[in-house]
Amino acid sequence: MAYLTLQGIEKMFGEHRVIKGIDLDIKQGEFVVFVGPSGCGKSTLLRLIAGLENIDAGTLQLEGRDITHLSSSKRDLAMVFQSYALYPHMSVFENMSFALKLAKVEASIIAEKVGRAAQILNLTDYLHRTPKELSGGQRQRVAIGRAIVRAPKVFLFDEPLSNLDAALRGQTRIEIAKLHRELGATTIYVTHDQVEAMTLADRVVVLRDGQIEQVGTPLELYDRPANQFVAQFIGTPPMNMVTLDQMPALESVCGLPVAAGGCAGLRPENLTLCTPGQGLVNATVDLVEALGAETLVYVSTPQGAQLVARLNERSLLRAGDVVGVQIDADAAHLFDSLGRMTRTGHARQALAH
Amino acid sequence: MNHAHFNLLTHSLRTLSAWVITLVLFFPLGWLVLTSFKTELQAISVPPLMIFSPTLENFAIVQERSDYLLYAKNSLITSVLSTILGLMLAFPAAYSMAFFKGKYTKDILMWMLSTKMMPAVGALVPIYVLAQTAGLLDSRTALVIVFTLSNLPIMVWMLYSYLKDIPNEILEASRMDGATLWQEFRMVLLPLTLGGLASTGLLCLVLSWNEAFWSLNLSAAKAGTLATLIASYSSPEGLFWAKLSAASFMAIAPIVVFGWFSQKQLVQGLTFGAVK
Repeated sequence: MAYLTLQGIEKMFGEHRVIKGIDLDIKQGEFVVFVGPSGCGKSTLLRLIAGLENIDAGTLQLEGRDITHLSSSKRDLAMVFQSYALYPHMSVFENMSFALKLAKVEASIIAEKVGRAAQILNLTDYLHRTPKELSGGQRQRVAIGRAIVRAPKVFLFDEPLSNLDAALRGQTRIEIAKLHRELGATTIYVTHDQVEAMTLADRVVVLRDGQIEQVGTPLELYDRPANQFVAQFIGTPPMNMVTLDQMPALESVCGLPVAAGGCAGLRPENLTLCTPGQGLVNATVDLVEALGAETLVYVSTPQGAQLVARLNERSLLRAGDVVGVQIDADAAHLFDSLGRMTRTGHARQALAH
Repeated sequence: MNHAHFNLLTHSLRTLSAWVITLVLFFPLGWLVLTSFKTELQAISVPPLMIFSPTLENFAIVQERSDYLLYAKNSLITSVLSTILGLMLAFPAAYSMAFFKGKYTKDILMWMLSTKMMPAVGALVPIYVLAQTAGLLDSRTALVIVFTLSNLPIMVWMLYSYLKDIPNEILEASRMDGATLWQEFRMVLLPLTLGGLASTGLLCLVLSWNEAFWSLNLSAAKAGTLATLIASYSSPEGLFWAKLSAASFMAIAPIVVFGWFSQKQLVQGLTFGAVK
């Protein structure tokens, strides 16, 4: 049964409709990630759930109770802000115990709960410091601690890792995943980073222009994108999109029924490079990115298609070399002229069996 | 070598000009204090006397002729009350402008400030008539109201500049933590703006204490402030420099001492803004 239900949620900023009717069911204990390009409304949607913005239309239900117009302070949700938003005049302990203090919880219970949270987050030695005296990563953990101490109904995260450097971001991502496994708390997490979305989520909600493009598990989105937008948004480097004009061999050789005005989508790992003349089409190498475990080769065809291939081995290719491009036609996704998926390619996993 | 010479020169020039400016600023005040301890004859002697045997007779005469404590009490009451009233009005105004910015917020702020650009005398007749009609002439109530209103634009501006530096997310975090509006104000906003509130309050206290135009025009013997006390020694009895200086000295002494003690808070208030 749905725990948190969004029904036809809409939000206007002046004349501008930023959230255009969102329907979504979130189950108890689920980790849901809102992902999308900047300006897609994902943060606004989170703030609507938090009660920090007023919902203009639609209803929001938590455990079957209508909370659409309830104030934030009464929703029993906890939020971790991008800027952490710690109280600068309070110590770490006071920051983490603030909500419990407001709820008039007994001092001994507060001390116990904060102590336990501090232990989980490795903050025990810092409880008497003020936020100013902490590093970015420590502040981030205090912000998370402030949320978990309360044991709220839902955790809301608003791009919590974007102020951290790359190494710390990866580490904190793993900690958040671990924390969620331990606490099993319902979580909504907003990010523009699809790696965070893929690694953390039970289900990913892809948003664009205030609308849901697709909802699914990370691999569903990767293997069966509902449309061209999702196909290109999920996965790095993004899926190659090729039209029939750019590669007539798609139909003549591979027998792919590419619709007029539509295109075929090929993940970089579904392209292979071979000697010129042996592939479907010849292409010139533009750039080689050697990442160690894998090599990304960017090529362009005389017909103007820009493609990227992911190779699992090292490559001796250099910019300017001419290569042949071969594709795994079984894995190709097909999209119609409106960008909707018409045929799903076979995922790698299926091929491996 | 040359460079070091140049540095030394600019350094001494800078020190010298700092001293000159300080002396120029301090001279009238120092002269006032000196004069207050002279006899009337010594006060007008040419060339001016720098060394003399000090006398306290001026202070005795001032206290004898006019009730210093009454004026001091009026000054104290009017400035403290107008500061409290002003803060109570300015804080909510600044809060809403800082955190619920509308289309016209900037214009309203500018308009408020523009009222300070008008000469006060331009509003003298209407305000005098209003005070008279309300039966508030020569009353502390009238002075408190006028002081409050005339300081309000500055108070709103100052508090606004403190409040707008507080990230809205901190207030939102407290709402998510379950704080009511009052708790948000008392436990988060107030501690974060205490420095700003203190320096705004101190400034307005000083401005009200020193205010002369309205107290001269709206009050007399009953509600007169120390500013009117000083003024009473300048005109009606001819110029008695020593007594005028003694009265002035007595009038400004409390606020100078007060400023001295609150200096630390003032400076702290001005630099507290480091919220992030």
